Amino acid sequence: MRPILMKGHERPLTFLKYNREGDLLFSCAKDHTPTVWFADNGERLGTYRGHNGAVWSCDVSRDSMKLITGSADQTVKLWNVQNGSQLFTFSFDSPARSVDFSIGDKLAVITTDPFMEVLSAIHVKRIARDPSDQSGESVLILRGHHGRINRAVWGPLDKTIISAGEDAIIRVWDSETGKLLKESDKESGHKKTITSLTMAADGSHFITGSQDKSAKLWDSRTLTLLKTYVTERPVNAVAMSPLLDHVVLGGGQDASSVTMTDHRAGKFEAKFYDKILQEEIGGVKGHFGPINALAFNPDGKSFSSGGEDGYVRLHHFDPDYFNIKI
Amino acid sequence: MADVMIAEASARLGIDFSQVDLDSVQLPPGEDFGVISDDEDLYQDDHLELDTSLNNIIIVDNLPVVPREKFDKLEGVIRKIYGQIGLIKEDGFWMPVDPDTQKTLGYCFIEYNTPQEAELAKERTNGYKLDRSHIFAVNMFEEFDRFMQVPDEWAPPEVKPYTPGEYLQQWLLDEKARDQFVIRSGTGTEVMCEVMWNDARQMKPDPVHRRAFWTESFVQWSPLGTYLATLHRQGAAVWGGASTFNRLCRYAHPQVELIDFSPGERYLVAYSSHAPSNPRDPKRIVINIFDVRLGKVMRDFKGSADDFAIGGPGGVTSVSWPVFKWAGGRDDKYFARIGKGIISVYETETFSLIDKKSMKVDNVIDFSWSPTDPILALFVPELGGGNQPARVSLVQIPSKEELRQKNLFSVSDCKMYWQSNGDYLAVKVERYTKTKKSTYTGFELFRIKERDIPIEVLELENKNDKIIAFAWEPKGHRFAVIHGDSPKPDISFYTMKSGSSIGRVVKLTTLKGKQANALFWSPAGRMIILAGLKNFNGQLEFYNVDDLETMATAEHFMATDIEWDPTGRYVATSVISDHGMENGFNIWSFHGKLLYKILKDHFYQYLWRPRPPSLLTPEKEEEIAKNLKKYSKKYEAEDQDVSMLLSEQEREKRKALKDEWNKWVTRWKQLYEEEKLDRQGLRDGETSDEEEVYEAKEVEVEELLDELQEVVEYDE
Repeated sequence: MRPILMKGHERPLTFLKYNREGDLLFSCAKDHTPTVWFADNGERLGTYRGHNGAVWSCDVSRDSMKLITGSADQTVKLWNVQNGSQLFTFSFDSPARSVDFSIGDKLAVITTDPFMEVLSAIHVKRIARDPSDQSGESVLILRGHHGRINRAVWGPLDKTIISAGEDAIIRVWDSETGKLLKESDKESGHKKTITSLTMAADGSHFITGSQDKSAKLWDSRTLTLLKTYVTERPVNAVAMSPLLDHVVLGGGQDASSVTMTDHRAGKFEAKFYDKILQEEIGGVKGHFGPINALAFNPDGKSFSSGGEDGYVRLHHFDPDYFNIKI
Repeated sequence: MADVMIAEASARLGIDFSQVDLDSVQLPPGEDFGVISDDEDLYQDDHLELDTSLNNIIIVDNLPVVPREKFDKLEGVIRKIYGQIGLIKEDGFWMPVDPDTQKTLGYCFIEYNTPQEAELAKERTNGYKLDRSHIFAVNMFEEFDRFMQVPDEWAPPEVKPYTPGEYLQQWLLDEKARDQFVIRSGTGTEVMCEVMWNDARQMKPDPVHRRAFWTESFVQWSPLGTYLATLHRQGAAVWGGASTFNRLCRYAHPQVELIDFSPGERYLVAYSSHAPSNPRDPKRIVINIFDVRLGKVMRDFKGSADDFAIGGPGGVTSVSWPVFKWAGGRDDKYFARIGKGIISVYETETFSLIDKKSMKVDNVIDFSWSPTDPILALFVPELGGGNQPARVSLVQIPSKEELRQKNLFSVSDCKMYWQSNGDYLAVKVERYTKTKKSTYTGFELFRIKERDIPIEVLELENKNDKIIAFAWEPKGHRFAVIHGDSPKPDISFYTMKSGSSIGRVVKLTTLKGKQANALFWSPAGRMIILAGLKNFNGQLEFYNVDDLETMATAEHFMATDIEWDPTGRYVATSVISDHGMENGFNIWSFHGKLLYKILKDHFYQYLWRPRPPSLLTPEKEEEIAKNLKKYSKKYEAEDQDVSMLLSEQEREKRKALKDEWNKWVTRWKQLYEEEKLDRQGLRDGETSDEEEVYEAKEVEVEELLDELQEVVEYDE
């Protein structure tokens, strides 16, 4: 089916997130306004105004009531999804990169970038049920990554926090004590910056994408490397189909080194791989810049991609897709 | 500690130590009581330096023995010879005199300021002929000790028992008749060279040997594939053998930059250039020719970069590699280089010039050897503003007899293309048009093997077409030309032999508007790849010239290099560039089916291992070609077995992967179940784990926003 082109952002896309029901799609971009869309027809529902910098990521609560966004303006904001009002602002002393709600939405994990003399850190904040009780205190602060932490998410049962970033190492932390439990192996792990990390719906495994032109699949509990998907381009975004054993890798030549010779040189395709056999199935073209964000609709019947070109492309799969045999 | 010792000693000797004026104590001269003063170390260092400074002294032997009266005259002569090379030190000349006879002893010592000068003097004057009976023998003073140790009586060298070496052509006996290739990739600390089999049946390469830091710049196969050469700071090395790649020989040549093998791989030419001490001087160039098997230098050439540059009429050009071109054939008998107005042809028996002198050819700017015979083709450009025509001539070696000559008028440039069997020579001639404003191109075709070497002129139908590429069919009679204007040039095929008109070149066909800029004939002939590299983004067309039909078109995006395997069964296309996109190689069958692709970052070299020529006689080859069906049956069966096995393996592999995956999934499901209650706890008792327990309800809501009553005036 023809993809739905969603124009609304003026700057490159950074992150995409569906709500649990899969009827809303939240998008973040380097312009300062996160946007919410109808996930079915791509109609724009509203925007969240208030940030004063690029918005790097967001997460939405299970009941689709609260939205949390992390921005380069050194704040993380909680929003009312329905009316777009700001509920709370967490202030940091460096840009916030990644945000993720825990199971039950009582905690949020936030990463902050290294900035001037400030080292990168992972913060855990308590999210109050009633916004008026909300406090800005951090429950836990974890340090130890070298360079930027591009993503930190909750492990199974919120017992662990899994983080990855510029130093190419995946770390598993105890979310109670803040102890570093595991680190990914240098030999088998990524060789360059890990750009993205996406958890499976049941939290059992997750996939990481890296500039070393590969994506890897890991067991969340043991940090065992399960699969490696090799591609020709740096990987900026990864997603897993909740329905089929497919993974999608997005990326492309770094925007600054894209040549002018041929549009194909950049390879700005979303590439589908068989999750188990690690073989490429196909690709979805369309963006004319690297893909920065990918998300699967929880029903597995559509996915969306956000690119450096400022567009979100919403793809509903053709019936053929569900019968691919390799 | 010392104080205590002194106190003890003074107590023993009965001296009141406090009364002693230490400054008044003096040691007897020349006596240090075994105590070394701190300055002494310095003196010792000085001594060492003096010792090594002997390397700026040379000994010149075989001088005339002269009486006293002539001493000064001889000294004058010698000083003149050696003063040119470098500055002789003051008191740096000493010619001993026999006290009995008052005659000189026939040798002298000369001391220079620097070891470099001494080295140079030795190099330049060793063997200098003062006159018939006095040929200088020059040695470094430092070497003297070594010469003194030569035993008086000759002892036969110890005969080492013969240890058979490895069989160097083992790779040709591969059961599956596969070919090898070497690739080089990686940068800095991760340079990796890998030799692999091209296992086309299994659709993947099969590693043979891999090694990090195998070379410091590049790798190179010898022309018959026996050796793999690597370059290092200290010199070059060759590797090969039956089992793995062992080092077979080393060739010492500091800072070697380039190497070249003779076609029969008996000799290795190594080249290096060195920065001169004076930055305005040209670079110094050292070329060594080694015997590949002995590792011995057979001849060396040293000189400034100017000596090795070809002086065309336009002035000095830079050194072009290879400096020495080898005559064709496996005997490696002759090699030649071009100089200013001369062509120096050397023969390898003595490594000296043929007839002891170079061939004088005024203004020659290019030459090439026939790939099979000792025939030189050389090109002399037009001179005197067109008064003296340009000339292409064929010269037989060693007789230096001119076999054929052709004068050409209004020529701007010539390029020579030999057919691989040396049957034909095509000379691409760029001529000026009458106005001299532009050029057009034609070909002069020499039939070398025919009587009197007939020459035929070929002009394209459209004379103004630019020639983009030209290529002979290996071992064949056809050639292909890309002509016309980019981006859609035409490609024409010609044959030198056609049934009807023997001795005439005939056009076979022209393909119009092809995106191609390079031609790659299969080494077996018949097949050719019309390739659009670089600007054309790697367009490939696999063309069968026998049937004049395209077998396949394909693309290897961004491809920069194409190389056929030595048998003409497979083709490797590679992307070698620094910007790091797409780097890697693809392997294709000869008819254009992509077999497999390998991606590698920082990919620098892909080289098939060459094969020596077939040992079969032409009759035998013909017989095989005739009964091909019989022979191929066996291989077809093998192919089928392999493909069966492959699909079987593939199925098994997939099954194993699926099983393994399912194991994980079951485990995850089980854990998920176990954790269900905990998760419910985290969600404040909300039971629904399942995502689909919500229903979409359509609710219609009507809301009264505003109510307004307005009386509308009704006008008649």
